Amino acid sequence: MSSAVNEHVQDLASLRQGQPMFQLIGPDGTLTDAGASIGVSVELAQELHRDMVLARRLDQEALALQRQGELSLWLMSWGQEAAQVGSVRALRPTDMVFPSYREHAAALCRGISPADLMRQWKGAAHSGWNPAESRFHIYSLVLGTQTLHATGYAAGAAMEGSDEVVATYFGDGAASQGDVNEALNWAAAGSLPVLFFCQNNQWAISTPTATQMRTPLHVRAAGFGLDAFHVDGNDVMAVHAITSLAAERIRDGGGPALVEAQTYRFGGHSSSDDPQRYRSADDVAAWQLRDPLVRSEAFLRSSGVDEAYFTDLAEEAGDFAASVRTACRSITGAALESVFDAVYAEPHPGMTAERAAHLAHAASYGSEN
Amino acid sequence: MATMTLGGAINAGLRAAMEADDRVVVMGEDVGVLGGVFRVTDGLHKDFGPARVVDTPLAESGIVGTAIGLALRGYRPVCEIQFDGFVYPAFDQIVSQLAKMRARSGGLLSLPVVIRIPVGGGIGAVEHHSESNEAYFAHTAGLRVVSCSNPDDAFHMIQQAIASDDPVIFYEPKRRYWDKAEVSEHPAHDLHAAAVLRPGTDCTLVAHGPTVTTALAAAAAAEEDGFSVGVVDLRSISPLDLVTLRREASASGRVVVVHEASTFAGIGAEIAAAITESCFYDLQAPVLRVGAYNVPYPPASVEDDFLPDVDRLLEAVDQSLHF
Repeated sequence: MSSAVNEHVQDLASLRQGQPMFQLIGPDGTLTDAGASIGVSVELAQELHRDMVLARRLDQEALALQRQGELSLWLMSWGQEAAQVGSVRALRPTDMVFPSYREHAAALCRGISPADLMRQWKGAAHSGWNPAESRFHIYSLVLGTQTLHATGYAAGAAMEGSDEVVATYFGDGAASQGDVNEALNWAAAGSLPVLFFCQNNQWAISTPTATQMRTPLHVRAAGFGLDAFHVDGNDVMAVHAITSLAAERIRDGGGPALVEAQTYRFGGHSSSDDPQRYRSADDVAAWQLRDPLVRSEAFLRSSGVDEAYFTDLAEEAGDFAASVRTACRSITGAALESVFDAVYAEPHPGMTAERAAHLAHAASYGSEN
Repeated sequence: MATMTLGGAINAGLRAAMEADDRVVVMGEDVGVLGGVFRVTDGLHKDFGPARVVDTPLAESGIVGTAIGLALRGYRPVCEIQFDGFVYPAFDQIVSQLAKMRARSGGLLSLPVVIRIPVGGGIGAVEHHSESNEAYFAHTAGLRVVSCSNPDDAFHMIQQAIASDDPVIFYEPKRRYWDKAEVSEHPAHDLHAAAVLRPGTDCTLVAHGPTVTTALAAAAAAEEDGFSVGVVDLRSISPLDLVTLRREASASGRVVVVHEASTFAGIGAEIAAAITESCFYDLQAPVLRVGAYNVPYPPASVEDDFLPDVDRLLEAVDQSLHF
């Protein structure tokens, strides 16, 4: 009986197959067939390469500052620069972005300063920038929650007839969360203008992607009814091209889309992590051959970009690094009473009483001294 | 203004808020065409359309999470959680996101979201449909938690909650949805003021939501026995109107707090502590609590024995009077 039925249904295993990964520039910096066919803008590649170099320098300096005790914690985006820079640069500056918590490269592209990025990780505040100005929401530390915020924000955009795209970043680990799956379903059901950008960096702290899911993420998205794209997340030009395509389709009323970018977190999950406990040197070495910065530099050099570009960029990165260190040391935390002030928009007698009690207590110490 | 049921008064209040401000959006499971399982949103979908009265997917975290996104864009969403026991899938979005985003942003972001929750037992429902979970949310800074007990308050408090720039958990006592009373044109109280429904010199009952009616009945019964028992309708669980509570406690010297939630770590414990801290020398007896036992809400066949009733309140009043 079952074998007879089987002849009349689809090959179920084939439904779980993924798309090939879109790539314009190979790991050695040469154009792929698609890259040669479509063409790659050297001028844009130079701009994106600069963004990536500065982002990596921020990571290097911030990690060093954490080791020196200047930062409590740092979550490295090292290795994920192409996925972030390529995607956020493909959006309009007016498109709202809902990040997770390691989108430092994307944040820099949105004009957020190193001091504002490091404020949270120095323990001086829970966020450091004004989302309304940067169109970049504050970081979300509980995994995947921001995908629902993006979906709601997009519902508002849709009601207003806006052509905005609302982008949200999340990782392969967050994709296991209910909120992400609710957001994918919700956005698809409502045909909302959400761009779900998954940086699949292969590891959720120590948990590999294979433990998270059986089906490739972009295949899962299709099950919810979203357009889905699969891209080499270490190829900045491919990410830019795919995100541009996805955003254009969303802007034209095509409904939400998911981009799964295959990338790799070279550092630990955070400065407190020890990735050597869970992944092999061979694994890291294999991915280092696909380093997004090495690749884009090789492409630019083979494209005839003048040495002066690289010299100037190195000098700019050095100055930037110095500014990162200065900015970090300049960060100071606000007094505790400012926390009481930020909890409610309107007066709250309980909060007012506790604030007064705190100030009275603090003042009593002051009088004794 | 008119005589309404409590459910009808919330409906009228939602309508008034939606007419006054086109940023007000009602959303939830089955709130549109059906008008909600309790019909509290009846007719709104027809009059305001599907963009402002939104039938959502069946996903509570999604309801609250997307409401946060809408609020960030300038809307004032009013979410309906279909039953009290269904709010837990949205717990993280409420306590970690909705409550804290303003503080996390250093005061830059406001989230004027109202979450309506039909609450409590007494309607013969199955499990997960009769819970009183106010203490979870009152424990979380950043939320306001209110509970209406009569049609007049229901009409005005829902509008006040929507007008607030802070997130508000709005409890609706489901077994009182069909109680009728006069609704006034203007609100008698601020959203966070407790109301002294009945003065009393011998003892004060403090109740909120569904137990207010029970407290009033107990006070009336006590009067027949010659005792003057006052009733305070808490109305707001966070913030607490401690000014009114302290005044009434000091005046009568005896307080009994009543609610449907378990007494263990319930809001009654907070009230008892707050009154004891500040009114110790005025008290003639310890502040007593009458609430649910610390067990899951029982099957409907025994809920009449489980819920605080007039007899249990009178027993507590008697215990206080004879301390």
